[in-house]
Order: sequence, then structure tokens, then C-alpha cells
Amino acid sequence: MAASCRLLRSSAYFPLPSATLCHSQKVFGACQVRCLTTTKVLFKDIYWNDRAEANESKFDKVLIANRGEIACRVIQTCRRLGIKTVAVHSDVDSLALHKRMADEAVCIGKAPTSESYLRMDRILQAVKDTGAQAVHPGYGFLSENTTFAAKLKEMGVEFIGPNSESIQAMGDKIESKRIAKKAAVNMIPGYDGVVEDMDHCVKLAKEIGYPVMIKASAGGGGKGMRVAYDEEEARTAFRLCTEEAKSSFGDDRMLIEKFVDNPRHIEVQVLCDRHGNALWLNERECSIQRRNQKVIEEAPSVYLDPGLRKEMGDQAVALAKAVGYDSAGTVEFLVDGKKNFYFLEMNTRLQVEHPITECITGIDIVHQMLRVAKGHTLLHHQSDIPVDGWSFECRVYAEDPFKNFGMPSIGRLSKYIEPAHIPNVRCDSGIQEGSEISIYYDAMICKLVSYGPDRESARETMITALDSYVIKGVTHNIPMLRDIMTEPRFVKGDITTNYLPEVFPDGFKGKQMSEVEMEQLVALACAIHETEQQNSTDFLNQNRLPVVKDAKSQWKMNVEVAGNATYPAMVVKDNNVFEVRVGENTYTVAGDLAFTSPLLDLVVNGQRRLLQFVEKGFGNYYKLRLFGTVFSLRVMDDFAAQLQQFMPEKKEVDLSTVILAPMPGMLKTVVVSVGDQVAEGQEVCVLEAMKMQNSLVAAKVSKVKKVNFKAGDTVNEGDAIVEFE
Amino acid sequence: MAALVRFCNRALQQNAVCRQILPLSATHWYSNEAGSMAHTLNVKQRIENTRQKALLGGGQRRIEAQHKKGKLTARERLNVLLDEGSFVEYDMFLEHDCADFGMEKEKYPGDSVVTGRGRINGRTVFIFSQDFTVFGGSLSGAHAKKVCKIMDQAILVGAPVIGLNDSGGARIQEGVESLAGYADIFQRNVMASGVVPQISLIMGPCAGGAVYSPALTDFTFMVKNTSYLFITGPDVVKSVTNEDVTQEELGGAKTHTTTSGVAHKAFEDDIDALLQLRDFFNFLPLSNEDASPVRRCDDPWDREVPGLDTVVPLETTAAYDIKDVVLGIVDNNEFFEIMPDYARNIVVGFARMDGRTVGVVGNQPKVAAGCLDINSSVKGARFVRFCDAFNIPIITFVDVPGFLPGTSQEYGGIIRHGAKLLYAFAEATVPKITVITRKAYGGAYDVMSSKHLRGDVNYAWPTAEVAVMGAKGAVSIIFRGSSNQGEQEAEYVEKFANPFPAAVRGFVDDIIEPRTTRMRINQDLVMLACKKQSNPWKKHANIPL
Repeated sequence: MAASCRLLRSSAYFPLPSATLCHSQKVFGACQVRCLTTTKVLFKDIYWNDRAEANESKFDKVLIANRGEIACRVIQTCRRLGIKTVAVHSDVDSLALHKRMADEAVCIGKAPTSESYLRMDRILQAVKDTGAQAVHPGYGFLSENTTFAAKLKEMGVEFIGPNSESIQAMGDKIESKRIAKKAAVNMIPGYDGVVEDMDHCVKLAKEIGYPVMIKASAGGGGKGMRVAYDEEEARTAFRLCTEEAKSSFGDDRMLIEKFVDNPRHIEVQVLCDRHGNALWLNERECSIQRRNQKVIEEAPSVYLDPGLRKEMGDQAVALAKAVGYDSAGTVEFLVDGKKNFYFLEMNTRLQVEHPITECITGIDIVHQMLRVAKGHTLLHHQSDIPVDGWSFECRVYAEDPFKNFGMPSIGRLSKYIEPAHIPNVRCDSGIQEGSEISIYYDAMICKLVSYGPDRESARETMITALDSYVIKGVTHNIPMLRDIMTEPRFVKGDITTNYLPEVFPDGFKGKQMSEVEMEQLVALACAIHETEQQNSTDFLNQNRLPVVKDAKSQWKMNVEVAGNATYPAMVVKDNNVFEVRVGENTYTVAGDLAFTSPLLDLVVNGQRRLLQFVEKGFGNYYKLRLFGTVFSLRVMDDFAAQLQQFMPEKKEVDLSTVILAPMPGMLKTVVVSVGDQVAEGQEVCVLEAMKMQNSLVAAKVSKVKKVNFKAGDTVNEGDAIVEFE
Repeated sequence: MAALVRFCNRALQQNAVCRQILPLSATHWYSNEAGSMAHTLNVKQRIENTRQKALLGGGQRRIEAQHKKGKLTARERLNVLLDEGSFVEYDMFLEHDCADFGMEKEKYPGDSVVTGRGRINGRTVFIFSQDFTVFGGSLSGAHAKKVCKIMDQAILVGAPVIGLNDSGGARIQEGVESLAGYADIFQRNVMASGVVPQISLIMGPCAGGAVYSPALTDFTFMVKNTSYLFITGPDVVKSVTNEDVTQEELGGAKTHTTTSGVAHKAFEDDIDALLQLRDFFNFLPLSNEDASPVRRCDDPWDREVPGLDTVVPLETTAAYDIKDVVLGIVDNNEFFEIMPDYARNIVVGFARMDGRTVGVVGNQPKVAAGCLDINSSVKGARFVRFCDAFNIPIITFVDVPGFLPGTSQEYGGIIRHGAKLLYAFAEATVPKITVITRKAYGGAYDVMSSKHLRGDVNYAWPTAEVAVMGAKGAVSIIFRGSSNQGEQEAEYVEKFANPFPAAVRGFVDDIIEPRTTRMRINQDLVMLACKKQSNPWKKHANIPL
């Protein structure tokens, strides 16, 4: 195929050399060599199928009304085309990557999005001040705001996206359904209008039949969207969705429809111009979701055959044409077990997961959006759109996958190395080492994209990339992503939107190691510990009293794996190769055990193992990441291990008597006060974090002893909000 | 009891004399005269029997009781702490000579303490481990003699002393003999102070006069839940002041690491404490005549730390964690913090730079805005003096808004205590490298290892502000009674809230990009490795205690 290795050395990581940085590189050029990330981006290799007329007119300057990875993504294409860019940013983003990548930057307000990235007036002013000819809105924020698009039009500035009529039509889920019906697109049964109130909601739900989906008319991205299986749930869902919709979109109109059980979520990328041309750029399967937010996407889908693909593509294009669509967009479908597909909604913007489509079609979608907005005609025909290879995207989030498949976490990226050095890996991110993941914005760290000639090789590449991805300072979901990548159902492609709860019925618990894998981990830990021990005696200047080195080459060790057993091991070192006997088996550990980088590329019994040295604590504690999951280990010699039996057991905090904040955020409400009797499962408070409302409930019947915070307070992860007796 | 048997084997193996073990069953010979074969063999037998008895301390029953309390025995502790097979015991046969209260009938070889020397990661250390199974670890004349012997030798050769304390107190039966023993140890603690590092690990009770030995050593560590330090126990407290207080509240690890500042760190249990002590020991030089140890290091000396460029928040009033700065700069993110839970507005501890041990002092903007108060000044001063005594370079990170105002501080003597930190920095002759990350205001700027206190290399980050005080306070004094303070404040900020005023006067040597800090410090440490500086001759200085 045209480019089985075309993502070689590609990277979204794009540090701009600042003046001082240049200076330091001149003096200490050697430090660049150690850098894992590459800064050279060979766009042409990725976008081999991208088309434009030579010397066609372009915008001179484009403003990107967004932040983070998508702003960086758009800026990259602009740079390649020689288009000047303007970034807008909030005050806390003053050192953000997107701001530094752009040619010009305008600060548009304070950290909360409502005071910056959603401030239309300030962005419009920035457009005027900088003389930008067009605005790319990215996704989220103002990307589907018709007022914004209309106001730009008034100013004579192009909105790089569809016309406001089609945003209006498709953005409103009720309107979009009417149009889709007319365009003969397959529909899900539901109520054709806005739900009036809670009682109306319950009544409609009864008519349609449970389960039902209640969702905000203006919603998107999983926010303001809940499934209800009975009347009580319908009421709760309606209340929470209304609140969320109000705070997120300023529009609390609700819709209700039949909830298709066990569906696949498959969407079709469309690309249209202002001359009536419309293309479908194949599908993306986004079935791996948690709480209706996508986690892993792939293109193409294993479920579609060319016939079905064409059928869905044609319907998507029909819809786009019916609405007069003239940019890049996505038509989402649910596909049930019998390969019936139903129209879900149309997203009138560039989607988060567009890179996988770019990988298998070779088209730079952002470039085509820019061209179309400039009034050019699409130069592709439907026959020019291939399904070339396979591509996965993992959304690497700053969140704790052990809690409810992902609860947001915040922090500073104290160490951050993207695996962009691996061939066929693309990292779309808007952050760097030292960046802060704050409560104000989306918790996405990076879109990690892999590519390969077939699904299997793309999957293998993704595994290597996930194992090589160094992120310290925030909790992230790589353990779960890595585990899914090797899970048998996923490997087969047998996935639905219920995949996560079905595969992990008790929640994600980290990589479940087989006995052999566990023994390999133990062997690795022994090798690391012994290397550490040898370094510990390797003094370079202690010569007054002799330093006596351990002359042995054989050690008995015990490795305690937290939450697991203790494994005795016999370690023999021979020429930098460790032979570790664990239980019945012997493992040889070879490779460079230098702690220069947190990433250790080792070989255990001939198999490559990418091990990450996360942390070494004093007292022989280690945190090692293997197969994505971080394991806490303690290595002791035989003698200390035998005495361990006399050590008192550590007491765990009884969680049923206290409600701890599962993540940092702001308390929306606290509904109990001291002395109140609470029932098991009763809502005690609502924590708003990352724009999600999280209801925290009592774990048992009890009486409230202490309320430590009140509504409006910000809490940190682990803070005790309410204490019970 | 497999562990015990194993340990005995281990102890026997390492003792050269024990290698030729005779059968334990007594053989009866026809003659027992002096000079006969039988006599020689009998003596050997006696030696062996005594040795076996010494290894068992207070006996199996008491060992089990010790284990039940979640504590290890004196010998088990030694063997966990020291390199395998490296322990060489002194005075295993020494016994107490008390003849009162029937004590003459109760003697244990070695009495209530195990002493000797050994190695930690190959380096020599002298050590005593009090044996709670023998008379509750109480201190007899014999006990003190043993401890003094190893301390004397430690000073003689220049190697650190570690004490593992687990003692009920004075041997009351011996009376003044026991008190004399304490004083002998105190005197040696003082003589060794500043000559060899002294570390106390409290692993059980330590009460009464006994507490002053740990108090005189450089570092006092404790084990959570099983160790106590107090002058008088809860019973006496109750009878004297009528206060109801538990042992744990009065002198537990939590009290001393958070409230009193008596202890420098607490560990989870015996094994955790001993293993961490091994790691800690590696940071220390053996004596005041040794250089700060340099260990092999994989972490590139010139590693850039891009994360540091953004660690200081853009709002000057926002807090950040100075430990993010420290961990980013030092080798392999390893930082052994001293007193992590006490006076948290200053962070002190040991780390390595390109393998070399350094002492790190940093104001912590996250706690009380990083201001200096009584406790943080004393904490910082003691640490700086330790580093200076043992040739450990000091790296200081400055973000200090000043000394904490208020009556409680003034009444408590902030002037006297703040002077200690000033004194310590001014007196220190080891390499001193200072990085001003943000605020360096007022007298606190001078104190924090400034150029004026013989700082060798002083850097400012671009976010640094060196000034007499914050803009608001300054303007209200300069322009007293003026109406347009806002404008004047802006003028002041423009003029002083940046590194230039200090840089143009040479009070900082350079304004550096934060990401290059590690590289710069490492270059400077190499340059300063042969720094020679001395203070005028004096009997000793007079620090404002």
C-alpha cells in the first residue's frame, strides 16, 4: 500500500524554540540526542492522498477559537500551508502549547470557559484586532454555535465549518430528525419533540417502552445524557440531565427516545463543499465508551462489509445534501446485532477522532475544511477514497480508570514523554512536560493514534506505544486502554457500546496477571532491585575507609506485590544477564538496566518487555508499570522477608463512615446536615467536576457526624466531605 | 521460630571463632586439672555455651513477647540494617556487676545491649542495639560501658554511630551507677557531634534521662505506634499536673514529628525503618574529614527539565509545591525529606546531584505562603549546620515573602530563633548555591543563603522578585497619605517585581531559564568541589540558642 510506514517520525509534539532555549541547545547540544520525542514532522507522508490545486488562493491568517490539542492540530496544517495563525487563550493558558505555536496570540479572559473560550464578544474582537480572515472553531466551545457563525459572517470573516443553517438544523436534535426522516435515513423510534417536564418524561417513557434514553437537545459529548430502565431512574435522569444541560449548554430542553440495547456506535465522516459535492470518508467505530464518552475508536469497523459501508455512506451523504452541508461533518449511527443501522445525530464540526480517518484515507481533513471555506471545490471523487490499512485511536485521559472506568484527576505532568518515536504512531496533544491538567478544561492528555496495514499490526503498534508512553504527575487511563487492547473480545472485534460494563462487570481492576506474567514481573523487579543495590555500593570518592562490595553473584529475594502474594526468588547474575528463579520457572532478564530514562526496554525469556520505572521509594519500595498497569512492589532479602510476619498489619480507613471526594471539583450541593439520618445509597452531596455532576451516596445506614464542606467549596481528591457515626 | 534459628545460624557463620564448633553434649573426662586436655576443652565448651546464651538475649519467652508487640529483637534489627554477614560484635561476654537486690543471680552475657560494627552498603558504621528482652533494655553501668566503647572507636576511626533505642530507662537496682552511665554516653554524644554523623532510631520506649542521648544526635527517627519518647510518662504527668494523656499522645511518633519537632521522621514498622535507614545512611559522609559521598549516577547531569518552566504560577499570589522543583532537579527524583510533617513552610532534606549528596533547603509556598517563622527557622538552621559540619553542599530554593508577623511569633522569640537560620547560613563554608524562584522579600531574602552571606552561586529565575517588601506595603510607606496608590503600586511592581534590581547589582550571578537549573547547578558543584573557606579561629562560635 501507498504508505505502510507513513507515520514514521510523525508527531504532534512541536516545541517552538524560544530564544533562551536556542541558547541552551547551542551550548549543550548533546542533551537533544537523549530526547525521545522527535520534532520533525513529515506531513506529506501522512497525507499522501491530500489534494489541492497548485497556486489556489488561501487564507492569509486564520484564528483558532479553541485550545489544547485541536488548536495545535489546526495550527500545524496552517503552518504547512503557510497560513498565519492566531491563538486565543485564557490567562492560565498563557504558557500553553497552542499559544506558543501560533504566530500571534490574544488573551481573552480568565480560566473558566464561560469567561474565555466561550466569550464570543472577546473572540470576535480578537478577530478584528488581528485581521484574521477566517476562524476555525475546533470542536466543543463555539464550534456549533450558530450565533457565532452568523456574527462572523456579518463581519465578512469565514467560519471554517458548515453554514449556520445546517448547524442550526443538525444541532437541534428534533429538527435534525425531521430532516433525516425526509432524506430517508433510518431512524430510532422516539418522541418527536421536546419533553415538557418530569411527568411528561415518565409518560413518554412508558409509551416508548423502557429502556429509554433521555438527552439534552443541545447536548453532545455524552454530557446531559442518561439511560433509564424504570420510572425512578427516569426521574433522576431527567433532573440531572436538565441541570447538566443548563450549566453546560445554557439550554435545558430534553429529548427522549428508545434506547437501543447493545448497539455498536459507528459513524460516517462526510466532507462537502459549497458546490454541491459531497463525499463519505468511510466509517469510524466508536463503540468502546464509558458513560457515553468515547474511549477507543478505530477505522474501519470490523463489523461493516463494503455493501453496508456504502449503504451507510450513501445515507450520510444524502442527509448532508438534504441539509445543504458544506464542510466536514460526521453522521453517527447505532448499529444493532442484526446490522440494522439507525441515525443518531449529525455532528457539524471536526470530530475528536478525525485522525484515524485521515490515516486510512490519506486526506488532511483540516486542509480540506480550509479549502472548502475558501470556496474551493473538492478535488476527490468517491472512488478516490480508499480504506487503506487500519487505524486505532486511544484517548489518553487524565483520569482514574479504577473508579467508574474513569474519574477525572488533575495535576502537573512532572514527566511526560510521548511515544512519537515509534513508527506509525501519531500523537495529537496540546500539552508538554510541566503542563497543568486543571479542573477548568477537558481532561484529555493526548489522542494516541496507531496505524498499520491491517488491524493486527495497528493493534500491536498501539500496545507498544501505550507501553512506551511516559506520564507522571497525573493519574491516567493507560492501564485500561492497554488492557482493552489485549482483551480477547476486543481482539476479535466483538464490541458494543456496553463493552466496558460487560467485560469488567465489577469495574476495571487493573491488568489481571496470569501466574507466568506475575512471575515475570517479579523477575524484573529482582533485576532492578539488584541493579539498584549495586549502584548503592558504587561510591566514587569514599576512599578513607574501604567500601566492601558484595562479592556474591547469587541472592535470595522476596518480592511482595501489593494486593497480591509474596514471591520468593533466587537471583543469579551473570554478565549483565539476570537469571531469576521464581517458583518452578526460571526467567532470564537481559537488556540495559540503566535508569537514564523511565522506560526500560528489556527482554524476558526472549520476549520484549517494555517496563516503566515509575518510582522508587526509600525502603526498597518500587512502582513499576508493566502491561499498562502500575504495580507496587517491595523487594526484600530473605532474612527481612521472614521477619515480616512479626510486623503489625496496617489499618485501612473504614470507607463506610466517611464520604471522600473521588476527584477534585466543586461541591454543587450538600443535602445533609449534622445529625441527619441517612439511608444506604442516599444521595449526600453532588460534586461537579469537569462539568459532570457526580452524585455521592452513603455506603450504609448511618447518622451524619460532621459535614466538612458546604456547597460552593472546592475539594481535593481524598478530602472527607461528610463523616458518619 | 524458623527465623530465630536462621538468624542464629547467620550470627554463628559470621563469627570466625564459632566456625570450629564443638559438639554441645558435654564429654566427661577423668581429669579436670588446670593444663589438662579436659580443661582446655571445657573452656571451649563454656565459651560456646555463653555465646549461645548471649545470642538468645533474655530468652525465648521474652523474644516471643517482643515479637507479639510487633517489634523485632535487638539482633534481628542489626541483621536487617547491616549488610549480610558484616556485623562484628564487641563485648558479647560483658556482664553487669550489680550485687544488690539479688541481681548477682541474674546475669546475661552481653547485658542489655548488643554493640559492634558493621557495614551498610559496604561502608563502616558503629552500632548499638538495646535489647528489651534483657531487663527491659534498661541501662546499667555495663550497658553504658559497651556503648561508650563503640562510640570512642567510631570517633577514633571516623565512622558514624547508629543507636537503635529500645529501653525502659535506668537500671534502678544500680542507682547512681546507671546515671553515671547516661552521662558518659551524653559526653561522648557531644564529643562526636560534628565529627561523625550520629543517628538514633527509637524502636520502643525511651524515657527519662535516656531521651537526651537521641536529642544530642544529629537525627532522631521513630517507629510509628511502637516507639515513645518522653521525660516523664503519663502516670507521672497525671500525678503532677493532673493531665490525662496517653503514651501515644504524650510522646508517640506523631507527636514528635508534627508537634514538638523532636523527631525527624517516622516509619511504618521496624523493617520499614531499618530498610529506610540503609537508604538514608547512603547520603551521609562517614565523618567530617570525608567529602560528601558521590555515588554512581545514571541520570544525565545536563538533563533539561522543561516542566520547571511552568512550575511557578503566573499569578504571583498562587501557591505551588516547591517539592515539584526539587524532585525535578535532583537525581532520579529521589529526595529524602527530613521533618516532612513539621514546620512544613520550609522543606529540607537530602538528595543527589550527579551522584553527589547535597542538602536541599526550600521555602514551601504551599504552606503559610512559605514564610519563615520560629519553627521553620530552627528546622532549617539545624539542617544547614549538619550539612556544613559534614561537607555537604547546600542548595537553597528561595520563595519567601518574609518573616511571619504577629504577637505569638514575637512573644515566642522569632528574633532569636530567626537569627539561628541566619547564623547557620552565614557560618557555613560548604558550597552554597541559591536559586530564587519567586519572592525574596525583606530580611528573609538576606537570610536565605543570599550573596551577602557568602553564597557561592546565586541564580534568579525570570519569575524572581527581590525587594524589601510587597508592592502594597512599600507604596504605603514611600507615598504615605497619597491618593493614587494604585498607580504608584504599579510603578513599584514595574521597578522591583522582577530579577533586574538584584541582577544589575550583582546580587544574583545570572538570570537562568528554569529548565536549565539542573545543568547549571551540576556545573557549579563541579567547580565548587575544591572550595576552601574557613572562619576565624575560635573556641566555638556562639549561636543564639
